[in-house]
Amino acid sequence: MSATWTISAARDALRKGEVSATDLTMSCLTAIDAADGLNAFVHKTPELALAQARAADARLKGGDSPSLCGIPLGIKDLFCIKDVPTQAASNILRGFLPQYDSTVTTKLFDAGAVCLGKLNMDEFAMGSSNESSCYGPAVNPWKIDVRKLTPGGSSGGSAAAVAADLCLGATGTDTGGSIRQPAAFTGITGIKPTYGRVSRYGIIAYASSLDQAGPMTKSVRDAAIMLQAMAGHDPKDSTSADIPLPDFEAALTGDIRGKKIGIPREYRMDGLSAEIAAMWDNGADMLRAAGAEVVDISLPHTKYALPTYYIIAPAEASSNLARYDGVRYGHRAALAAGDGITEMYEKTRAEGFGPEVQRRIMVGTFVLSAGFYDAYYNRARRVRALIKRDFELAFAAGVDCILAPATPTAAFGLGEQGTSDPVEMYLNDVFTITLNLAGLPGISVPMGLDSKGLPLGLQLIGRAWGEADLLNHAYVLEKSAGFVAKAEKWW
Amino acid sequence: MSIDIDTARKVAKLARIRVETGELPALAQKLSDILGLMEQLDEVGVTGIEPMTSVTPQRLKRRADVVNVGDQQAAVLANAPDAREGFFAVPKVVE
Repeated sequence: MSATWTISAARDALRKGEVSATDLTMSCLTAIDAADGLNAFVHKTPELALAQARAADARLKGGDSPSLCGIPLGIKDLFCIKDVPTQAASNILRGFLPQYDSTVTTKLFDAGAVCLGKLNMDEFAMGSSNESSCYGPAVNPWKIDVRKLTPGGSSGGSAAAVAADLCLGATGTDTGGSIRQPAAFTGITGIKPTYGRVSRYGIIAYASSLDQAGPMTKSVRDAAIMLQAMAGHDPKDSTSADIPLPDFEAALTGDIRGKKIGIPREYRMDGLSAEIAAMWDNGADMLRAAGAEVVDISLPHTKYALPTYYIIAPAEASSNLARYDGVRYGHRAALAAGDGITEMYEKTRAEGFGPEVQRRIMVGTFVLSAGFYDAYYNRARRVRALIKRDFELAFAAGVDCILAPATPTAAFGLGEQGTSDPVEMYLNDVFTITLNLAGLPGISVPMGLDSKGLPLGLQLIGRAWGEADLLNHAYVLEKSAGFVAKAEKWW
Repeated sequence: MSIDIDTARKVAKLARIRVETGELPALAQKLSDILGLMEQLDEVGVTGIEPMTSVTPQRLKRRADVVNVGDQQAAVLANAPDAREGFFAVPKVVE
């Protein structure tokens, strides 16, 4: 038996007793052990997995079978799980064992999910290629020549693991595109919920006003099932919204007749590949054929999203990451005779943080420093308000959903981008970053393969708190595109 | 603007990240490149626009001013690089 199951098929088979959680888990553990070449799982938890699987089997026998009961999942290395190594792919947290659980993992495990282990990512979620990880990069299961390709980032390990059938689904987090871009690069589905839909408690913080966790799965239905279990109000996160949770799976009717789809003209930027432009047009045709009306819209401040993000996110990161000081947890540098506390801080942080994290902390420190705060940070927060307003005006004009590319290109080779100029790597986020600034939900849906044979995805953007409707639009796109290709196993 | 070596040194100091003198020119260059990207924002008219403070406008929830989680000394100290007698230990702070 292989782990090619979707969550929904496994759920139904588990409930009928056609497969046991233990067997399902064993097959995933076997696949994981045979996939070290992908470097997706960086901390394996087979004992925890099997204990949870046996407990799930007992629950299933007793007729208590929530949607995720017995479903083996991978967890991004950003989510705290008690006594399971959690280090945000950073050397500064080497050896850190959380003493508590994140709300998301608590909810998943309460719903019966099985934890297979922790997944690779960019260090502190800062990156678009998984190359800033202290574990070395995760590798895309898709391969077209001798090169190893990036699975994207920051949730690159999650994307690689799901695409390679090492797990049935995985958690990701998305601060500027870190769920949607890797999902597009690996031919899977990933949704970033509305800011406040999923609790951030126990998730290692990068940029607190932008971070949001979400599921990465093999289908839109699976995304709906997993999001249902992850979402909901949490008193431990003051930005978590205390509003009712719709039934996401029930929303997948496939009926979008009369809905209005916006095509933002500013996303058709110079240098957009002809293949991606054609896929975008094709996606619009699919939604039109399903009975939706497709209209051109304008989001005039789109081109300012990238610079706005690269001020706000580092500013928040410089504050959030101040906690890594060698005092309470994580790495502490060996000190020379006479070194005081300042040397301890400076040496610890220089040794513990990788170059991209150091750079973003310093950029954040600069834009918040006296004399530059107004010119950079406050200006960025003003432009952020304008970016959010662009979306509000589009939705107020009756648009239900916005269709856009997920990424400017297909997956690129490891080591091919950003080595000399960090800005080159930042451009990967150009289509995804706007939503994080506006707090809106977005989903990446695999559409097909490009001429070289690599997956491409489209992105749908929804109204705030409109995940149910958004998932239904994605479901229509998924059915119309009929993407079923899988990476050929080489690892 | 571009970031000179003195500014790079100052930023590293404020960020409490040790940067060797020989690495400062390269750091200044990379920071300047990133700043170049940011300066696109200078062309946006923001007069009268308030800086965004909250993603979803909501009043923060209040909770009762009581202890929720207490008596966790062992858990709090469990990951400390150096803990002694129930405290975090650090190099001498006061001469």
